[in-house]
Amino acid sequence: MNSTPNEQVPLADDSIIDLQEVSIFYSGKIAVDKVSFPIAKNKITSIIGPSGCGKSTLLRSLNRMNDFIPGVTVDGMVTYGGQNLHGSEVDPVEVRRCIGMVFQKPNPFPKSIYKNVAWGPGINGYKDSMDELVEQSLRQAALWEEVKDRLHESALSLSGGQQQRLCIARALAMAPDVLLMDEPCSALDPISTAHIEDLLFELKSRYTIVIVTHNMQQAARISDHTAFLETGKLIEFGVTDQIFTRPQNQRTEEYVTGRFG
Amino acid sequence: MTTDTYQAVKVSNINKRSTRWAEFLIQSGLGLCALVSIITTIAIIIILGKEGFSFFQHVSPAEFFLGTRWVPLLEPQSFGVLPLVWGTLLVTFGAAVIAIPIGLASAIYLSEYASDRVRSIVKPVLELLAGIPTVVYGFFALTFITPLLKGIFPDIQVFNALSGAIVVGIMVLPMIATLSDNALSAVPQTLRQGAYALGATSYEVTTQVVVPAGLSGVMASFLLAISRAIGETMAVTLAAGATPNISLTFFESIQTMTAYIVQISLGDAPAGGIAYQTLFVVAGLLFVITLILNVLSQKILMRYQEVYD
Amino acid sequence: MSTPDKPAFQLDYGDLKRRHRKAKIFANFCATITWMGVALLAVLLAQVSIDGFKWLDWQFISSFPSRFPAKAGIASALVGTLWLISLIAIISIPIGVATALYLEEFNSKNRLNRLIELNISNLAGVPSIVYGIIGLAVFVRQLGLERSLLSGALTMSLLILPIIIIASREAIKTVPMSIRHAAFALGATRWQTTWAHVLPAASPGILTGVILALSRAIGETAPLIMIGGLTYVAFFPEGPMDSFTALPIQIFNWVARPQQEFHELAAGAIIVLLAVLLLMNAAAIVIRHKAEQKFK
Repeated sequence: MNSTPNEQVPLADDSIIDLQEVSIFYSGKIAVDKVSFPIAKNKITSIIGPSGCGKSTLLRSLNRMNDFIPGVTVDGMVTYGGQNLHGSEVDPVEVRRCIGMVFQKPNPFPKSIYKNVAWGPGINGYKDSMDELVEQSLRQAALWEEVKDRLHESALSLSGGQQQRLCIARALAMAPDVLLMDEPCSALDPISTAHIEDLLFELKSRYTIVIVTHNMQQAARISDHTAFLETGKLIEFGVTDQIFTRPQNQRTEEYVTGRFG
Repeated sequence: MTTDTYQAVKVSNINKRSTRWAEFLIQSGLGLCALVSIITTIAIIIILGKEGFSFFQHVSPAEFFLGTRWVPLLEPQSFGVLPLVWGTLLVTFGAAVIAIPIGLASAIYLSEYASDRVRSIVKPVLELLAGIPTVVYGFFALTFITPLLKGIFPDIQVFNALSGAIVVGIMVLPMIATLSDNALSAVPQTLRQGAYALGATSYEVTTQVVVPAGLSGVMASFLLAISRAIGETMAVTLAAGATPNISLTFFESIQTMTAYIVQISLGDAPAGGIAYQTLFVVAGLLFVITLILNVLSQKILMRYQEVYD
Repeated sequence: MSTPDKPAFQLDYGDLKRRHRKAKIFANFCATITWMGVALLAVLLAQVSIDGFKWLDWQFISSFPSRFPAKAGIASALVGTLWLISLIAIISIPIGVATALYLEEFNSKNRLNRLIELNISNLAGVPSIVYGIIGLAVFVRQLGLERSLLSGALTMSLLILPIIIIASREAIKTVPMSIRHAAFALGATRWQTTWAHVLPAASPGILTGVILALSRAIGETAPLIMIGGLTYVAFFPEGPMDSFTALPIQIFNWVARPQQEFHELAAGAIIVLLAVLLLMNAAAIVIRHKAEQKFK
């Protein structure tokens, strides 16, 4: 399923989000330029590229987080469940219920561990047993064993790696279809990074994951599909193995072999 | 080493000795200036304490703190301070009821909703409001607020607690708005983003994440404003009256601790007389109350520094 | 490690509309309240202007107060205020800046200095009338300075000293360490560095703080009443030991009278006072601006 930007991207049968000619502008200046690729269900898709190539901007367009930046305009279509996410009739709050996000630096609320996980479902009208939901989410994030005896302590008392797993649990509690991750390990030490990478492997059977990373080895290790961006343009998209061992585009080859970026 | 270099080294050694002396003198001079602030506090404590002590030789603390009649100048004298404290409490409570919700709402608007352009208009306006002298607020109370109130409540007295409360509320409003805005703006943006990413509306993010996160700074601003309201003098002297009175409504004339102090000093209290001493006792009480509030607000503020470390 | 199944719970999607409506109402509520505050300022200024403008003329500024509203003016009050600002500035600026320098440049973070810092924060919150009482007891009575300009200036200086100290410290803190290190590396002493490099760099911020502190001093009435600033003064003070009146005291005196004309006179005096304050604040803004230009 390799493709270059000049070919029409075939819509895969099992894609859950489709990007079609997506362009994003910051007050008129172009940041993402006509990017098209599918995001396959229950797979990990990674977006790689040098700094400033528009990866995070693109990721944020998948759950309408760009709405908070003044002067941002989005062209093209991001299709999810048959709807264009950026259509005027679409409620961004609804979008974010189904498509969750984990950020670069862990950002737990200054509340207890329990409340961090319970807050999202709580405001969204969750009525069943919260204790069960919190435990389930923490187990899925491989954090339960470490915190089960101190659920009501402040989340800020956790280590960096634990806080990030808490943020993952918090996002998972919303039962999203897709989990977006913006360089989730870049603020963590190698051991915590390894823990989270293992976690993602486990999660992908239940969730679809899109991960932005500047760490190529990480992308090569964990993702199924990879999109390579440079200065806002999609240079190449394909199966991860192929991108890293037999890239079709010369720029791709130069990037993955470390000749720049 | 040539003779020239040796000379140069010798010269620089001599300079070192005299400059060290000069440094020491200057540092001591600066230190003395810094001591002025300590001397000020010591002076406050000694002076208020001394007169207070001799006051309590003539009046029992029980009568002072528990008595409900304050008649220090006429016979029969009575030195129960509760009416003054009550007057201060009434005005402060009324002011807080006005200033806290409005101030907090403004702070929320400024930090969460307002555009940069709006901020650039509203913040200077708040600074202006904060800089207006209190006697101007007294004028405003007498010439605008009281007539307005009389129009709504015809039974209200010309001097009344409500007028004082309203105007003091307006006075401390900018303080709450500015300090709370600082506290809320200091909440990291990434916290808001995390909340929005879970599918929350701005109301939920603001009230359940941002304000709780900035709560220490917000509460510190409340305490500081209340402390300021308690110490406020001119507006209440002009608007609220000079009648020590444990009033149960806001419509009567009362007297605050500060207004009493002004009243005494406008008259001629003979030095050393008991009336003169009441000045110091009431001022001492005022000092202690505001000190406690200020220290409390600082402690709360310090806790707020820690959360983001 | 096997993770449990993805939760199959359904979240309640029904009340999203209600939540959005709530958010909108809340946002509008906060906005309205804020603009009400702005409107309040406008009302206050309008009230003062309506009452006071008609009295503003040269006769008003140049006459002494009088029992007859038509003849009354603010001459002695204005002069008294000007005298006060000058004396207060001379007294409080050196001490305040020196204290700030001591705490920032020469401190050794020992317990005495921490005590001084704590003390200054507390002094900043003491009600102005307490300062008035101290002024009465120390300067008027103990030191025998009577109800003079000097007593008033000393009392007000004590009042605004914490403000100057705090503002100056902030200004000094913003001077980058690299400037000091550069001077030290050339063999300069602490004081030489402070005088030649740190003070000049911090002076715009210090000046702004000083102006704001002085604006506060001009508007304060209670301490001046305490130390005996008189309310009926039909002469100009000629030296620091003379008795005096000041604009805020005159305003207070007129507002406290029942007759309407005196209220209007007060409004006129308020306009003059606010004009002086506005000038000072405008000067502070201009200075801040020029300083920012210099360091761009």
